[in-house]
Amino acid sequence: MLNIEDLHVRIGDKEVLKGINLKIKEGETFILFGPNGSGKTTLLMAIMGFQGYEVTRGKIIFRGQDVTHMPTYERARLGIGMSFQRPPTIHGLKTKDLVQLCARDKEVDVPAMARTVNFESFLERDINDGFSGGEIKRSELLQLMAQDPYLVLFDEPESGVDLENMVLVGKTAKKLLDGPTEPSPFESMRDRRARHNTSGLIITHTGYILDYVNADRGQVMYNGVLCCDSRPNRPRDILDHISKYGYKECVRCLN
Amino acid sequence: MSELKEKNDPVNLDIYSFSGGDEAQQQDLAGISADDRGQLLMAGMDVREAHRSGTFLQFDHAQVHCKSCQKGVEVLGINDALKKYDGLPDYFWKAIDKEQDEFTRASAAATTQGGYFIRTEKGAKISDPVQSCMFIKGENTGQNVHNVIIVEEDSEVHIITGCATSHGVSSAMHLGISEIYVKKGGHLTFTMIHNWGDDVVVRPRTVGIVEEDGVFLSNYILLNRVKSVQSYPTVYLNGRGALARFNAVIVTPKGSYVDTGNRIVLNAPDTRGEIVSRTITTGGINIARGEIIANAVPAKGHLECKGLILGDGVIHAIPELVGTKTGVELSHEAAVGKIAQEEIEYLMARGLDEDEATSTIVRGFLNVDIMGLPKELKETIDRTIAEHEGEMF
Ligand SMILES: Nc1ncnc2c1ncn2[C@@H]1O[C@H](COP(=O)(O)OP(=O)(O)O)[C@@H](O)[C@H]1O
Ligand SMILES: [Mg+2]
Repeated sequence: MLNIEDLHVRIGDKEVLKGINLKIKEGETFILFGPNGSGKTTLLMAIMGFQGYEVTRGKIIFRGQDVTHMPTYERARLGIGMSFQRPPTIHGLKTKDLVQLCARDKEVDVPAMARTVNFESFLERDINDGFSGGEIKRSELLQLMAQDPYLVLFDEPESGVDLENMVLVGKTAKKLLDGPTEPSPFESMRDRRARHNTSGLIITHTGYILDYVNADRGQVMYNGVLCCDSRPNRPRDILDHISKYGYKECVRCLN
Repeated sequence: MSELKEKNDPVNLDIYSFSGGDEAQQQDLAGISADDRGQLLMAGMDVREAHRSGTFLQFDHAQVHCKSCQKGVEVLGINDALKKYDGLPDYFWKAIDKEQDEFTRASAAATTQGGYFIRTEKGAKISDPVQSCMFIKGENTGQNVHNVIIVEEDSEVHIITGCATSHGVSSAMHLGISEIYVKKGGHLTFTMIHNWGDDVVVRPRTVGIVEEDGVFLSNYILLNRVKSVQSYPTVYLNGRGALARFNAVIVTPKGSYVDTGNRIVLNAPDTRGEIVSRTITTGGINIARGEIIANAVPAKGHLECKGLILGDGVIHAIPELVGTKTGVELSHEAAVGKIAQEEIEYLMARGLDEDEATSTIVRGFLNVDIMGLPKELKETIDRTIAEHEGEMF
């Protein structure tokens, strides 16, 4: 799905990512830990291809295509979707219209989709205008549901979200990654799962999201490089380790 | 600044003919040509009169059609109203001073005048809008219009008033005096849509006076090229609890000079005023004014003025706040600039290319949902905006 090789990224004069190697397989969910300022958000921004994140070395391969220098919208159309941490307000652009735009030519039932994230009453509102932390997350997830990407990039799903919203955000993120969890009369559960091969790259500090999604692997970003590969299906071990010993172990690990 | 001065040439009133054009009463809306219909539609006038409680249409100085189709609202030509009501002594040239400037003087001195008189009955809630349109068809016409609107106590009405020029006309001038009275508890929504021609000079003079608990909501839309507009509609909130809100959406293409804004004077306690303007220049010049004056407490006012420069045009925002009493609360925010890169990137991350993202943001910026317009009119405006996108970026 995603194959990042020796990626170096500069913001202005500062080299923030210093040789990232990362593989995420189809249907795999990868968790990224790491202290503030280590470069986690930068990695997501570089994968999405935003201005100001200059790739100086290495490449990003997505589903077999080199997207390293592709414009953002082409990456989105290929199936990379991102949940923003602090999305901008766009005046006069109704939430429902943006959700429809995310779906492009696909037929989507926007109100029905909104219902699943308890967001119907926001559809007529200008996107992100006065949204609370939890509302932003639900809005971002709703847009991602409409976009239906192959790879979901999710920056700190728990930030600014209260407990009640966290349950909804967690469950929705799971549904986005796993696909529908109920069998359908037309398709066996196994076939449904097989068709649904969404991958995830999730940044978390608290690990709350791990209560909801099935994380396959995890690593720590430290000062622009990745370290501490978790055992398969055990990204939580990393979290436990960090909460016990802090990130100082990473320094040792890297030296 | 020198560029601004150069462009706003002084108006030579002598080249326009302010008389004539008042014959030929064509009382039949069906006789209007398809092309003129299109121009009228873009100025908010639906010649089928669907969902309208009244219509007033004037070509140059000739009243073409005048009718009210709903009880509780009277629609007359101004000359008929002056006859019927003994010269409207309490209203005609009462809110505006004849001697205010050369244009009010020219209007008062002109031998021919058009314009409408619209009055609601006390307590009447008029559900469908009244529409009016001043249409210029003759070359070098100086159209002189004097309108009087009276919203009687506890009544409610939406007036959509458009101005347009026939495609054949290149040069013309419009002088418009509008005196608007909202009585105690009255509620007026006043939507003005301008659809002028490339070489038309426009000098409206508008004043509103609002009594206790009265509400004056005003919308102004100008999307097409016009040589020059200069106006500063002013509303006086003279009664306790009165409210005024102005919304404006203005586009100035290359060749347009638009100097306009709104002024609200808070003269009584518990009054509130709000001005929101969104302007885009694609090469023209826009002086975006706004002024809230508070002479009583408690009184609140907020002014918001946003400008986007998409061509090599000029936006000169002049927000002004004047408080003359301890305790007034006035604020403003003004911003002139370009589309935020962050907004474009957000939409690009959803799969929109740069042009799609830009046009989505511009449409949002010019969005007129807040104005509460009838559906077809809103669709016409949205279509006009879409047609302009080509020249915007
Ligand atoms: N726009 C920017 N301009 C300059 N430096 C930046 C910018 N964005 C991020 N950085 C720097 O890059 C480093 C990594 O930031 P970031 O990727 O946001 O970290 P994280 O998400 O892991 O907290 C930090 O040192 C930060 O200060
Ligand atoms: Mg971050």
